Amino acid sequence: MTVKKLNIKDKYRLLTRDLDWDYSYHERKEAFPFEEFEGIKITDWSKWEDPFRLTMDSYWKYQAEKEKKLYAIFDAFSQNNGHLNVSDPRYVNAIKIFLTGVSPLEYQAYQGFAHVGRQLGGVGARVACQMQSLDELRHVQTQIHAMSHYNKFFDGFQEFSHMHDRVWYLSVPKSFFNDARSAGPFEYMIAIGFSFEYVLTNLLFVPFMSGAAHNGDMATVTFGFSAQSDEARHMTLGLEVIKFLLEQHEDNLPIVQKWLDKWFWRGSRLLTIVAMMMDYMLPNKVMSWKEAWEVYFEDAGGALFKDLARYGIRMPKYSETIKKEKEHISHQAWWTFYTHGHATGFHTWIPSDEELDWLSEKYPDTFDKYYRPRWELAKQMEAEGKRFYTKALPQLCTTCQIPMLFTEMDDPTQISYRDTVYEGERYHFCSDGCKDIFEEEPEKYVQSWLPVHQIYQGNCGGPGVEDILSDFYRMNLGNDNLDIKGSPDELRWKAWKNTA
Amino acid sequence: MSKVYIALQDNDESRYIVAAIEADNPDATVIYMPAMIRIENECNLTINRESVEEQMGRDWDVQELHINLITLGGNVEEDDDSLSLHWNE
Amino acid sequence: MTLEIKTATLDSVRNTFAHIERRFGDKPATRYQEATYDVQSENYLHYRPLWQPDKELNDPSRTAIIMEDWYAFRDPRQLYYGTYVQQRAKMQEVAENNYSFFEKRSLVNHLDDSIKDKLVRYLIPLRHMEHTANLNNMFASSYGYGTAITQACLFNGMDRLGIAQYLSRIGLILDANSGEALAKAKQLWMADENWQGLRACAEEMTITEDWFEVLVAQDVVADSLIYDLYYNQFDAWLQDNNAQDVGMLMEFMQVWAKESNRWVDAVLKTAAAESDENKALLEQWITKWKAKFMQSLEALSGEMLGGESLRAAEAVLNKRLAKAGLYK
Repeated sequence: MTVKKLNIKDKYRLLTRDLDWDYSYHERKEAFPFEEFEGIKITDWSKWEDPFRLTMDSYWKYQAEKEKKLYAIFDAFSQNNGHLNVSDPRYVNAIKIFLTGVSPLEYQAYQGFAHVGRQLGGVGARVACQMQSLDELRHVQTQIHAMSHYNKFFDGFQEFSHMHDRVWYLSVPKSFFNDARSAGPFEYMIAIGFSFEYVLTNLLFVPFMSGAAHNGDMATVTFGFSAQSDEARHMTLGLEVIKFLLEQHEDNLPIVQKWLDKWFWRGSRLLTIVAMMMDYMLPNKVMSWKEAWEVYFEDAGGALFKDLARYGIRMPKYSETIKKEKEHISHQAWWTFYTHGHATGFHTWIPSDEELDWLSEKYPDTFDKYYRPRWELAKQMEAEGKRFYTKALPQLCTTCQIPMLFTEMDDPTQISYRDTVYEGERYHFCSDGCKDIFEEEPEKYVQSWLPVHQIYQGNCGGPGVEDILSDFYRMNLGNDNLDIKGSPDELRWKAWKNTA
Repeated sequence: MSKVYIALQDNDESRYIVAAIEADNPDATVIYMPAMIRIENECNLTINRESVEEQMGRDWDVQELHINLITLGGNVEEDDDSLSLHWNE
Repeated sequence: MTLEIKTATLDSVRNTFAHIERRFGDKPATRYQEATYDVQSENYLHYRPLWQPDKELNDPSRTAIIMEDWYAFRDPRQLYYGTYVQQRAKMQEVAENNYSFFEKRSLVNHLDDSIKDKLVRYLIPLRHMEHTANLNNMFASSYGYGTAITQACLFNGMDRLGIAQYLSRIGLILDANSGEALAKAKQLWMADENWQGLRACAEEMTITEDWFEVLVAQDVVADSLIYDLYYNQFDAWLQDNNAQDVGMLMEFMQVWAKESNRWVDAVLKTAAAESDENKALLEQWITKWKAKFMQSLEALSGEMLGGESLRAAEAVLNKRLAKAGLYK
């Protein structure tokens, strides 16, 4: 018998595609109960294209090779006190935000993809989602391992899991992913697989990973590049999902567009904290948030949406608003964290004079006009021994859960307030985008566990803010929080640099 | 026309892959960044297994790209002999 | 002369994360510990799932099993992602060498037609059971509670996909890549009376709601019986019948089962030891699913190996149950 030569496409199809079958003894719909409730119509799962036809044995082989290299670097990093090579102790606060805010999202992504990896009706799609689930577990665990060494030498990493569940600014990322996971399988795929992993992923990775590279953080940069190779597979899955849904049935178009509008807005709100990190927390700058947005969304995203236009997809709603916002959000966010620095699990500070000049140069239309004067005032007060901490708790947007710190885009001297009444209660929002999301699904968003509301309702202990921070949040007061100046992190850094 | 791109880790193996890409896609731009090599081209880019094997001096599976890959942009077509990226416009 | 390399020692502020310290004390932690314990979100979830509004996103009540601490399900293998893929890569390398050798030497040509026929009739359709096992373990991973058990379920689920793919490769070896063996095996799975009992069980597991029950039905009952029948007894039969080369193609499954069973046994033991209620529930599920699988495997095993083979497999299952403290 002459053995027929199989190409990769045919081989993969034979190994994987025919494993599933039409049920006879029980209702298949009972085994896959979530396929129809979102209104999405799938006529033929066999049309799913597998872009990377990775069999499990190849997966194990290539991923193991990546892991060997990665952990060799983690070991070297810790054996050689690699943390001493970072540019400046202020930098470490950027990765405190990463571990407490982003890593738990990788965990939720593992859970979310495991769920759709079981619930989707097509075996090709299931297998791709299952591999992504496994990758996301990889990400959270390698991040924990990368940060493990920093945790030994700096404050603010030690309670990452406990804090993610409770702390006021961390409910922003947490609720983002809870929203995606509580949605149906197809919305989840558009929200995370496409909008987050394809459109917005570079805006998360470039700031953190390039930031790490420019600031001497070998552990994070190595993790970042290693994880990014998984992201290539995730991006192709995301692109395949949206094309597949749009090609399956024309009725899917308005649903998909609605989801794109929602998730693009929620995603950009989530990135506020990344914008702030990029502009204010990296001693050696990569690029400004504004520049990153222009390269990674306006240019790269532009190419993508041109490609999708043939299906009838248009640019997401509010993209024009976000274009204007790129000039402002990082400044508004950092100011909020600086002034609430007594209640943050990381240190804050006034930018140096060089950094203020860099900000002026990068934001010629906005920084000197609206934001520099605040920092001049802050410097003055600090010099007088009156470093400012706001005593009140901020009102949060019900949808994105960010404090109401955003301004009207056409008048940055006015805070943007929106509200709506639902079943006799008034709900507050930071923007039209967030208000629209609420009004589309009010039953969902009224459930939000808003940290500040919960504090005032007495559900977070107390009675004072300090009690809540130390007992409920488990913050180590005087260590995790307050200004970098005089912090134990800074004092230790100075001591190490003299002795090591 | 929109650009497709691929970014590889800057290590020994990747340099052979980059050389193969440059040979087969003469109009592509190669940008060296910290720890990363980024290659861009208008509309499409192709990595041919045979070209990589010629540069590397050993057998090479297209799927081995996963080890050095950082990220990419464009519609992906993969088979036993090549990986290519393109935008539909 | 000994050479002492001096590195600067810096005193660390703490040995590990606070939640690890609360569990294990103030000392350096293992990578498994840091990657596993208390990573899953536990409180203050924001929205109930649209697809299951009576539950929370992470909800221990998706099973009737009750645990004081879901992290009691420490994996004795201590597999987290990194050690998992590296372990499997080692196994995969051996398997790949085996398959390569088998193919290059065309060892398939040494097999009697009757053997090849037996493999298509009895072994290849198993890939559909493995696909079911993939679904079941993904179900347990997504609905389960606590990283300790859910990550192990994820690894198991992906392993089953790998095994399904190896079984498919065996099919392709048998039919010189034409795909005929796989098509024939699918036909048998769908219509042959030997396989319908098993297929019905497979379908029933995928509509079962309690994820722990699914885990028990699949990873304890089904796997104990099937793996003993195939990768122990059938493997021995092949050796006795001039087809020992096939063992090369099944070695991965044997090595895998041995390792995986360590985890499954620990899960069973821990759940049973927790409370009388858990023990009773486990026994109830096992009794139910054992009856189903015994019945569905009767004809198949009889034809494949003879009348006593299923009893022998049952004895293996019973031994594992006893080890876990059940039915005592």
